[in-house]
Amino acid sequence: MLELGADEYAKYPFMADAGQYLKDKGFPLVKFGTDPDLKPSVEKAFHRLKVSTEGGIYKSELIDGQASKSYVLEIEVFSFLLAIVLIKLTGMHTLTKRFALAEARRAEQHLEKDLGKASEKSKIDLAIKIIHDLFGIEIIKRDDFFEIPVADYLKHSTSFHEREWKLINRYVKDGKVLLTPEKTVRLIRKELGTYIGSKINNAPTPPMIPGFENMVNELISICKKLTPSYTTITGEYPPCIKHAIEVLEKGENLPHSGRFMLATFLLSKGQSVEEIAPLFKNAPDYNQRITLYQLNHLAGTSGSGTHYSCPSCEKLKTQNLCFAIPECDNIINPIQFGKKRI
Amino acid sequence: MQENDIKFLEDTFKKYYFDHFDLIRVPNRTSEREFGFQKFNSGMTRHISIKDDKELHLLLMKNIPSDVYCSNACYSFPNLPMNEKDWKEADLIFDIDAKDINLECRKNHTISKCNECNEISTNMNSCSKCNSIKLEKKSLPCKNCINASKNEVLKLSNILIEDFSIPQNDIHVYFSGNEGFHVYVYNSQFQQLGSKERSELTDYIMFHGAIPETFGMKKIKPNRLTFPDFDEKGWRGRFSKEVYGAKSKRSKIITELIANGYSSFQKTLDDLSDKIGAKIDPNVTMDIHRIFRLPGSLNSKSGLTKVFCTDLTKFDPYLEASFLNEKLVEVIANCPIRFNLKNTKFGPYFNEKVSVPTFAAVYMICKKLATIS
Repeated sequence: MLELGADEYAKYPFMADAGQYLKDKGFPLVKFGTDPDLKPSVEKAFHRLKVSTEGGIYKSELIDGQASKSYVLEIEVFSFLLAIVLIKLTGMHTLTKRFALAEARRAEQHLEKDLGKASEKSKIDLAIKIIHDLFGIEIIKRDDFFEIPVADYLKHSTSFHEREWKLINRYVKDGKVLLTPEKTVRLIRKELGTYIGSKINNAPTPPMIPGFENMVNELISICKKLTPSYTTITGEYPPCIKHAIEVLEKGENLPHSGRFMLATFLLSKGQSVEEIAPLFKNAPDYNQRITLYQLNHLAGTSGSGTHYSCPSCEKLKTQNLCFAIPECDNIINPIQFGKKRI
Repeated sequence: MQENDIKFLEDTFKKYYFDHFDLIRVPNRTSEREFGFQKFNSGMTRHISIKDDKELHLLLMKNIPSDVYCSNACYSFPNLPMNEKDWKEADLIFDIDAKDINLECRKNHTISKCNECNEISTNMNSCSKCNSIKLEKKSLPCKNCINASKNEVLKLSNILIEDFSIPQNDIHVYFSGNEGFHVYVYNSQFQQLGSKERSELTDYIMFHGAIPETFGMKKIKPNRLTFPDFDEKGWRGRFSKEVYGAKSKRSKIITELIANGYSSFQKTLDDLSDKIGAKIDPNVTMDIHRIFRLPGSLNSKSGLTKVFCTDLTKFDPYLEASFLNEKLVEVIANCPIRFNLKNTKFGPYFNEKVSVPTFAAVYMICKKLATIS
């Protein structure tokens, strides 16, 4: 494991040793509910959580990544750990997700600064080592850039929807992708979030701590307001699906990937295999038995039991099956077409 | 297909596997691969595991398959159902097919066979006899198509070598046995990538999804200094060579690009994918559970062999991939397009009885353009 200094604990409190830190300090959890001296840490934790529910990043008291006074360091680490206790007490999954993301972004800011410090080799090395130890990515610093093997880059970037993250829009050389410190750290944001999220999920849920009740209740009510709901505003099919149906109606050949898209889309809209099968009747190679077998396979009623889902818009673009229109804006999968968040 | 055609093809294929087993390349880590095969007029049998050469030989002799396949993936248990195989990794494979290149010449050597009345015609939309739209298209690719496919293989190899640092000897090119080439990449950093990541790789190779900013064009206040230089590596360099044409034209063309604006630049990029991107079938590369035609085996769409190309530039599939014997066979041929095999010209035949060498008879029967008389 990494050897972290006091400042690193404050910057990256999710590192395993931070938990040990609280234990070593000998503070029993119950004391935080009643001891007025410890109250600032609890209030900080509550604030830290509230900021994350609003999509913001909690502003720490570190000055240029350093804890100027020892109590600052304690509040930084304590408030992170107490925030986890509060999340566990609320039992709200939304809170875990939002907090993990916000904390990942906070750590990201520190990592980015550390990687960008051209004059402080030790800071860069530590940031590189954190990324390697937590996420197994080998990064090499070369001039102003960081080089990452293409395969590692792909593993982490494919979940991003912005086009600038596509490999084609990156500088690729000798099997490596060249990134700025900012992009290097952005690449692992999701993993940082997942890592912090798993720490929270694996933490034990303590019994209610006297003095925490009001904060817990307030957090629960905030979370309830955050859960979005969707309503369907149009029953129209997206253009990719309309196109596929038109191709079949004309008796033209729809490639395998197009048939997969159409079938999984209609299945996800609740249509049955029997309702979907006749659509393929005009295909030049139509065979009723094979069509039903394949549809049942996709629906998960035969074969491995896997229920296949409709491919993402990104994948459909790759397969030349996307015929986007303005109404497609901001959707990442055809099944979201025509739905509106309320 | 008719009984006597199947019998003829099976006899010929059996003889081939007996005489040319040395051509078959048993893949490395044989026991971790999934094998499969098809028989004439029958479905696919897969989830087979094989220990070594001998077992494969036995399988071929016993079953006389029309097509033999092997997975690009390695599994702990290749013979179990898909979700229990325990996927380990997969070679990176690319498929380049003449039909995806859509050359002008294609219409001259493509015919349609009606699934309702078997009529063969050059009409691509509906049967000229019964008007049915259920047509099966058959192409007898010409030299032009093969050369265009080779060109795509070269584009792909360049990207693999230059951008991904893959050593030339880890890139193996095979003629598919019909209309194109299969390019295998071994021992690369991509072995363990999943389908989504491989799909992103295919977009890179096909030059799909590029945005103007990558090539220096900003929406607001574009800056000449950020445009690619002529000799840059990777896509920026390929862009320069295609768009500027020559070093001396760079400045003038940048002025034009900026004047035309951002959306026009985006259109230029979209159009470029057809010219500078390698035309691969992305679905093949994305699939990490697919079984691929086994190198050295026969392709039942043509009777030609999937062969390793040692020198792609000189490679002639109609000479180097045709291994069947020359014994004369009588067939009723309905093949309105001329073709060339083993330096001999055949056709056109219009529903006539002809005596041709076995390799040519197999070629036409596989294309459903002849039957044993």
